[in-house]
Amino acid sequence: KVLQLEIPGMEECLNVASSIEALSSVDSVMMLYPFFYRPPSLRLEAGWHLFPLERYYQQITSQWRLSSINRDFSACPTYPPAVIVPAAVDDEALRKAARFRQGGRFPVLSYYHRKNGTVMLRSSQPLTGPNRKRCREDELLLGTVLDEGERGFIIDTRSAQAAKQARMTGGGTEPKASYPRWKRLHRPLERGRPLQESFAKLVDACNDTALTMDRWLSRLESCRWLSHVKAALSTACLAAQCLDREEACVLVHGAEGTDTTLLVTALAQLILDPGCRTLAGFQGLLEREWIEAGHPFHLRCARSAYSHARLKQEAPLFLLFLDCVWQLSRQFPFSLEFGEQLLLTLFDNAYASSYGTFLGNNEKERCLCKVKESTHSLWAWLNEPGEKKKYLNPLYSHNALVIWPSVEPQSIQLWQGLFFRWIRSSEYLDEAWAEIQRLVENDDTSVEESAGNGQSQAPLDTTAQTENKR
Amino acid sequence: MTQPVGWRLGVMTSLCVDHVQQSWQQCIVENVRLLDRVSSRKAALGTLYLTATHVIFVENASETRKETWVLHSQISSIEKQATTATGCPLLIRCKNFQVIHLIIPQERDCHDVYISLIRLARPVKYEELYCFSFNPKLDKEERERGWKLVDLNEEYNRMGIPNNYWQISDVNRDYGVCDSYPTEVYVPKSATAHIIVGSSKFRSRRRFPALSYYCKDNNTSICRSSQPLSGFSARCLEDEQMLQAIRKANPGSDFLYVVDTRPKLNAMANRAAGKGYENEDNYSNIKFQFIGIENIHVMRNSLQKMLEVCELKSPSMSDFLWGLENSGWLKHIKAIMDAGIFIAKVLIEKDWVSFGHKFNHRYGNLDGDPKEISPVIDQFIECVWQLMEQFPCAFEFNERFLIHVQHHIYSCQFGNFLCNSQKERRELKIQERTYSLWAHLWKNRADYLNPLYRSDHSQTQATLHPQIASCNFLYKFWSGMYNRFEKGMHPRQSVTDYLMAVKEETQQLEEELEVLGERLASLQKVQSNDNKVKSKQQDQNKELGRSTSNISLANTPQEYNSNLKSFPSRSPSQGDEEDSALILTQDNLKSSDPDLSANSDQESGVEDLSCRSPSNGGCLPSEDSGKDSDEAVFLAV
Repeated sequence: KVLQLEIPGMEECLNVASSIEALSSVDSVMMLYPFFYRPPSLRLEAGWHLFPLERYYQQITSQWRLSSINRDFSACPTYPPAVIVPAAVDDEALRKAARFRQGGRFPVLSYYHRKNGTVMLRSSQPLTGPNRKRCREDELLLGTVLDEGERGFIIDTRSAQAAKQARMTGGGTEPKASYPRWKRLHRPLERGRPLQESFAKLVDACNDTALTMDRWLSRLESCRWLSHVKAALSTACLAAQCLDREEACVLVHGAEGTDTTLLVTALAQLILDPGCRTLAGFQGLLEREWIEAGHPFHLRCARSAYSHARLKQEAPLFLLFLDCVWQLSRQFPFSLEFGEQLLLTLFDNAYASSYGTFLGNNEKERCLCKVKESTHSLWAWLNEPGEKKKYLNPLYSHNALVIWPSVEPQSIQLWQGLFFRWIRSSEYLDEAWAEIQRLVENDDTSVEESAGNGQSQAPLDTTAQTENKR
Repeated sequence: MTQPVGWRLGVMTSLCVDHVQQSWQQCIVENVRLLDRVSSRKAALGTLYLTATHVIFVENASETRKETWVLHSQISSIEKQATTATGCPLLIRCKNFQVIHLIIPQERDCHDVYISLIRLARPVKYEELYCFSFNPKLDKEERERGWKLVDLNEEYNRMGIPNNYWQISDVNRDYGVCDSYPTEVYVPKSATAHIIVGSSKFRSRRRFPALSYYCKDNNTSICRSSQPLSGFSARCLEDEQMLQAIRKANPGSDFLYVVDTRPKLNAMANRAAGKGYENEDNYSNIKFQFIGIENIHVMRNSLQKMLEVCELKSPSMSDFLWGLENSGWLKHIKAIMDAGIFIAKVLIEKDWVSFGHKFNHRYGNLDGDPKEISPVIDQFIECVWQLMEQFPCAFEFNERFLIHVQHHIYSCQFGNFLCNSQKERRELKIQERTYSLWAHLWKNRADYLNPLYRSDHSQTQATLHPQIASCNFLYKFWSGMYNRFEKGMHPRQSVTDYLMAVKEETQQLEEELEVLGERLASLQKVQSNDNKVKSKQQDQNKELGRSTSNISLANTPQEYNSNLKSFPSRSPSQGDEEDSALILTQDNLKSSDPDLSANSDQESGVEDLSCRSPSNGGCLPSEDSGKDSDEAVFLAV
């Protein structure tokens, strides 16, 4: 969105510009707006502990345990205090495995597939380095995940070439010899600068009013954004396919394990797990797989598409995730409990928010700044009854199956609701949406009414009622 | 062959022998493989049948026996590729954008099929077309009613015509003036027969300016005509008078816009051939405007290129977008839309327009050789779809309607789109000998309704104003049409169908409620039990739940990865389970869906046939074979 203001007077204009400049890049996290925002209707502590990992752990078998090894963020500064790990591996081994992984991000459970008991793990790259170092504890950790005779897949979100090159800087990937039961698949996904440039180019193209139809498609192509969407969805589907169809465990990692890794694990869960497709489930997924998992929101979502300084750390991975979710919602219009409006709201809040939910880069930082004590949670606001209604999909009906999206280019569309949000009016589409809502609600009320009508008969006729129940 | 397939074939069969001069055995080829267009690994083994009207492929897989039916008239091209170790590939491309890739084990069989299809797909006489043998078992009155469903005179009445300015002219009553115009033409009252005839002589193929659309809100009109035979300097007094008369029939307008849909260069080039465009100096108060819509040959190539892109096997996003842009298709769509928007705007601004040249895009009742004009009607249909995407509440019909109309324009199952003019249609007695598509669509109208349409809605009340400023980006690739047969690519759940079901349920429940209310009132009087109604009502609720979950999902994973083969799949049965779920939803497809001819499983297949020919042997042209059509097939088996 571009606001164009005309300000009389050169000096005033410059003053305003420098003020905005300074105000929009406040150095201290503690000075940010969420620390001062106090809406009257919300309680400060509400919404912060809606999705404890403990609850997620309850669904999982005894082969796994909840470890508090990271209570003081000593094992891994970007992990939350609690993580789920194989029960057979003790904290000491975890500590050693952590030293073998970049940033201490040792393999932890990301998703448990209840249908067949397979799991998806995530981590960062192993620090094999040029000398092909090994770590027994890390090998043990991954080994215990697999039962006798089972094999697993490691999905590396870098190309084989890039993974090999990473050895020169101390990183690398799991060598076949040391992890014989894991098969490595390389699925390169774009990240960092190139992804940010792709995003910036796309926004430029969408705002270029001089662009004609005959050049629009090649402009769209040269942005490569849709290619990134397609690649992210395909990789997530691959991970989901390994779990659901091959019945094999999966470990996902790239380099740091905080960007494309989370993109793939979060999307795969949305595809596999109907629980993640409800409004509450999706919030839980974001909390678990993006916020607590340590996606550096503060670094990645600072300036959006118009970053003049071209900040080195800026990258729209979370936006790419939201776009992929939108593609899923378009292909399966009944299967997600939330609508496009939620995705737009999340996008807005990831980049600029009155709430503390997306502040900081990881749980450790949020803990230091006392985010949970002194800011409001976005979830508390979204779950207010009046607010929540806006985000619900009227067409939703529970779908227990896996939703396999099509990743053919013909099926991937530009997310107009986001990228054309300020360019075109969505008046007619909104009208259609309101009409859909009206139709469905009409139906609900008449169902209720006739059910209510049946109820009022009950005192007259209790025997018939019980018969019907049978 | 087993029985069920047999009798279904029988329904459709008129004797193959008549046309192909081959015995039955040779019309059946076994062990043919049908390749999946998206993933080459999936191929279905089955048997290929050629009948007089259809190519039919029946899968061997015993539980599904999926059938693929293709009308000969749908076939656009047949390509025989070089024989490989696995057999001889035969590629059948259809006008409704279906592509059928077969592999026939024997080269000789493939050649026979190829030769037969070439003959069958290119009938020489109109009488060979399917609509002359298609018989949905309607009686004469129903057939006549079908043809009267769309009455052009009524359309003009709706527009408020005839009125003080416009009238019906019978100048063309025996097609004496223009053989490609209908007998009744609407012209300005002040245009005498002399002027009309004079003007027609100055126009290509004698298509003089005639009324196409009248906007009664502000008395403006759209007329259409062919190009004038102006050459470099020729004039025609009557033609000038004709345009003058049109201008006068639009009171309150000082100008007549003449919109030429060609690029200026093409129009100028035409002058050398004695044709051309109106000279502004010769006509009083006209404003001339070129809109660069390319000619049909450019359009056909463009469509061709786009379809090639659709056929690519697992293209990358870049391949697809590049291909789409290079085809120029969306550019042409935009040009046509711009023209439409320009004209609509002019109308709103109380001016009025006469078309310098055929503007088929507005011309719904397109007549012409499909080979010559095919992309034009496709483009019109696509333009409507693009509008529907922008104005979801404005159209009473839905996407399925457009797709089915497109399908039947080429299917030749109904007589509506046959021939080049009303004259030819009358000579062939189309109305007496064939059926009208509109009656068929009307019968199944529930399937074609847009649940979001409300006649009291703002989008339906007034003229649509497509977004012009940024409309570049709003034009999208229509995979529902061009990749129509690749079901996996489309949204797996249909909002339209769901909402229609919801709407129906609401209505039912409301009626139920009313009944219950009445019962309750009487109950309170009598204090007696009434469990019948209630249990019925509860069933109803259950039913609603079921229908929703039926629509909710059917889906299988695609080829996200080709390396996975190294791990043998451990759950072969599982895949099958979900595959059958996929077929289940095809059940949910409406029985009127012509797609069913391509993808019918056992239950819906029966239903499907019943819609094409309600009773057995219905479509057979000769009476004697009608009764025992079953036999006709089993002879061959």
